[in-house]
Formats: sequence, C-alpha cells, structure tokens
Amino acid sequence: MNFYVIRALVMRYLFLYQRTPMRLVELVFWPLVDLVIWGNVTVFIQKNSDEKFASFVLFFLGAMILWDILFRAQQGVAISFLEDVWTRNLLNVFVAPVRTMEYLSATYIVGFLRILVTFVVMSVVSWFGYKFNVFQLQWWLLPFFLNLMIFGWSLGMISTALILRWGQAAESLAWAVPFFIQPFVAVFYRVEDMPAWSRPFAWLFPATPIFEGMRHVMDTGSASWSMLGLSFGLNALYLTLAGMLFVRVLNITRKRGLLTKFATQ
Amino acid sequence: MSSPDTREVILEARELTREFDGVKALDRFSFKLHRGEVLGLLGANGAGKTTAMNCLLGLTLPTSGELNAFGMPLQANRIEILRRANFSSAYTALPGNLLVWQNLSVFAGIYGVPNPKQKIAELMELLEIAHLQKRVTGQLSAGESTRVNLVKAFLNDPELLMLDEPTASLDPDIADKVRKVVRKVQRERNIGILYTSHNMRDIEEVCDRVIFLHKGKIVCEGTPADIVAQSSSSSLEDVFIKIARDGEIVDEPEKEKAS
Repeated sequence: MNFYVIRALVMRYLFLYQRTPMRLVELVFWPLVDLVIWGNVTVFIQKNSDEKFASFVLFFLGAMILWDILFRAQQGVAISFLEDVWTRNLLNVFVAPVRTMEYLSATYIVGFLRILVTFVVMSVVSWFGYKFNVFQLQWWLLPFFLNLMIFGWSLGMISTALILRWGQAAESLAWAVPFFIQPFVAVFYRVEDMPAWSRPFAWLFPATPIFEGMRHVMDTGSASWSMLGLSFGLNALYLTLAGMLFVRVLNITRKRGLLTKFATQ
Repeated sequence: MSSPDTREVILEARELTREFDGVKALDRFSFKLHRGEVLGLLGANGAGKTTAMNCLLGLTLPTSGELNAFGMPLQANRIEILRRANFSSAYTALPGNLLVWQNLSVFAGIYGVPNPKQKIAELMELLEIAHLQKRVTGQLSAGESTRVNLVKAFLNDPELLMLDEPTASLDPDIADKVRKVVRKVQRERNIGILYTSHNMRDIEEVCDRVIFLHKGKIVCEGTPADIVAQSSSSSLEDVFIKIARDGEIVDEPEKEKAS
C-alpha cells in the first residue's frame, strides 16, 4: 500500500467538502433532526416515568449517537464511491496506479472524518440540550466506536459492491443498506424485547452486542467483555467477507466490461 | 519494404479477443507499440477501438490473448505499468466541482509527482492554460477541459500514453493547438502514444502508423500515406469510409483488376 496515494485520494474528498460546504448540512442537519426528535421523546418519557427509568431512558440518545457512527462510516465508503461516479471521475481513478485497498482505505478515512464531525456536534448538542453526556460510557466508548465504525465500513463495501454490480439504478442502496439491518441490531430496544423469531438474527451482526453493551454500561457502569469479543470477531468476519465481495464484484465488472459503461454513463 | 522497427516495444497485444455475449468485439487483435511512436487506432463506431483501449487500460479483461507493457504481463503488473503510463479521454472528466489546481494536485499525489506545484505550473504553461489554475473545473469550455485533461495525462512524464479522441468536440483552432502540443511533448520525451480519433486530420498530423479495425479485426496497418496509396483512395478519410462500409480498403473492381 502506498500512503501517498491514500493521502491524495483523501485530499480529493477534503477539497470537495471545502468547495461545497452545503455537503456539511448532510453531516450535521439530519443527525440533529434525529437527535432533537429522540431527545424530545426522551424528555416526554422522563416526565411520565419514575426516577430510575427516567435516567435509563437516556439510552435513546446514546443509541442515536452510536447508530450515527455506524451510518456515517457506511456513508463515507459508499458516498465517496458515488462522488466519483457522479463526477465521471471513476475511470480516471481506475486507470491510475491506485490499488483497490488504497482506494478503500481512503474511503475509510473519509468515513472516519465524517463520523468525527457528526459525533462532536451530536455530543455537544445532546449535552447542552438534553443533559446527556455520551462520555458516561467511559472508556467503553472507544471499543464501541471502533466496532461500529468497522461494521459501517463493511456495510459501505457491500453497498458499493451492489451498486457496482447493478449500476447507478441501484445507488439508493448507498442509503438503504444500513436500514436493512437496523431493525435486527437492537439499536433502540433490547434483544429480549424483539420477536422471538428475530432474536437469533440479531446476534449475527457485530452492532448488536455494542447496542446491548451501551445500555448495560448506562445501567450498571460496565459491559460484558465476551460481548465485546463477539463484536470484534464478527467484525473481522464481516470486513473480510465484504472485502472479498467488493474485489470479486470489481473483477466481474472488469470481466464483463461493465466498469467502463458504468463509469461513463 | 520498410525495415523492422528496432525500438523497444513498450506495449504489445497478442491474439487479443474479447467477446460480449458471443459477439467478438475484438478478434485475435495483435499489435506492437514502440517507444517514441504514435500509433493510431482507427475504425468506425463499434469497430473495437474502445474495447481495445479498455483492455489495454485493464478496465476490461480480454476473453483470450496476451497483453504486455514494458515487457511485463499487464494484469499481473497493473499498478507498476500504470505508474509509467497515463490516459486521457474526451469521455471522462475531472471532478467538476473542484478547482483546476485541486484536481491536478490530487492526481499529482496519486502518481507521486515530485514538486507537484512546479510541474503543474510548467505543464499548464506549455498548454497555454496557466490562467485556469484557480478556475472551477466544471465551468471550463470543452477546449480548456481537454487541455486540463492533457496536463493530468502528462503529469507523471508517462512513457506510454493512451489518448482516446483527445480532439473530440474541439474547434479547429484548439484541435490544432492540442495536436501540436501532443506531438511536441511526445517528441521531446520520446513517449509511445496510442491514439484514437475519428478526425483523420488528427491522424495524419499526429500518427506515425495506423491500424484500421473493422468488426474487431485488423483490416490494414501502415503509415497514413502508405495506407492511402494501398487503397488507391484520395485521402485517409476515404479509406475510413470505405472500411466502415465494406470492411476492406480496396474496391471490388480494383480487386478484380489486380487478380
């Protein structure tokens, strides 16, 4: 891997954000809308419940912020790819000496930067607006953050592979894919509250132990190491499989000559 | 008969075939491009030029056949080869929302160009577009955009350059400037160029040798002047039309006379 190639690709996305600040709206506006809605719901529930539950219900805001880490990481990969498609730059990138891993690494970094922006804004607003301190998750926040980001990258690669395979007609998948799994990863409720048939599916995703862990930390002050281990293990598996899928689809598009059609559409 | 070209072969295709749903877009296509040579790839729409170019760029894999650049198999050494090559097409664009210097800096970074600022400035000067550095790429005219794409293509001092219809949609004045610059840089740096165009004036002025393709097969090859002479046509454009319509460079009555 060549660090300078990755740096150049990241620079290209930073220039893009610098040139079109309206893109920041997407990073700030929508997360804030979600935060305000869930924040107000939380306040409503707090006012109508006992003291213990009132403090526990703050997990809605924690869930909202952690979900956004996953979503922004996924978007970082998928939207960065689409930016190249929309600007008809994809061919220039694919005929340049850029390895697939370098290209993906650049999108991972962009994903990380996108998360940072959203995370900082949401943390500040949730603290001042709703007295929710995301740092009450203590140092557990770090592995939670890391696992959700890695899972977001995997979903980003899967979304991109699907778009590559089915063309621009499938680009709405860039936004849809995370929401395919959202009902199963217990973002806003416990796995035990899910319908019985869906519970086994919940544990197939690395995000589930994180959201369960978050609620546990907020309730008891600590989380389960085995849950964290499960999340890391599943993430390693997903990242590997998603990477293999991406490379395989890329090779298929090359074999079938779809890449040029796609890139010049 | 001309003597064999002893210059280093920098790009070679052997029996390259590419099928799409059973239709051969390229049919046992073989050629060699030498260092310092400009080779024109000609043919009507659907003749196989773009497929050939895409195979050479590694964007499409051939169904069969071999592709080597700088003596190395293309697929196995793609990155190493692409570092020494570059590409420009009328059908791709640099991201329109960035400034020209930003786009060029990104590609200078990808190609690992030392002193990128100086290199970009020099090339923009050469292509007479130094004043465009701070312009938004998407707001450039077709001529300006083509020349910015050429700056990108020359950034890494490529030994092998693939130009896909570089003068498409340019007015005659700008097209002439582009041809002259391409030729000048090519001679100064001894670059091997694979050049496709539908503009026969381009081909006559820029290319040392041309290959005519029809339905994926080579119909004829040689210098533009030789091909015109072989076909008893008055111009390369006539040859082009003849091949596009009949798939051959010699008319039927001419063939009968010859036999």
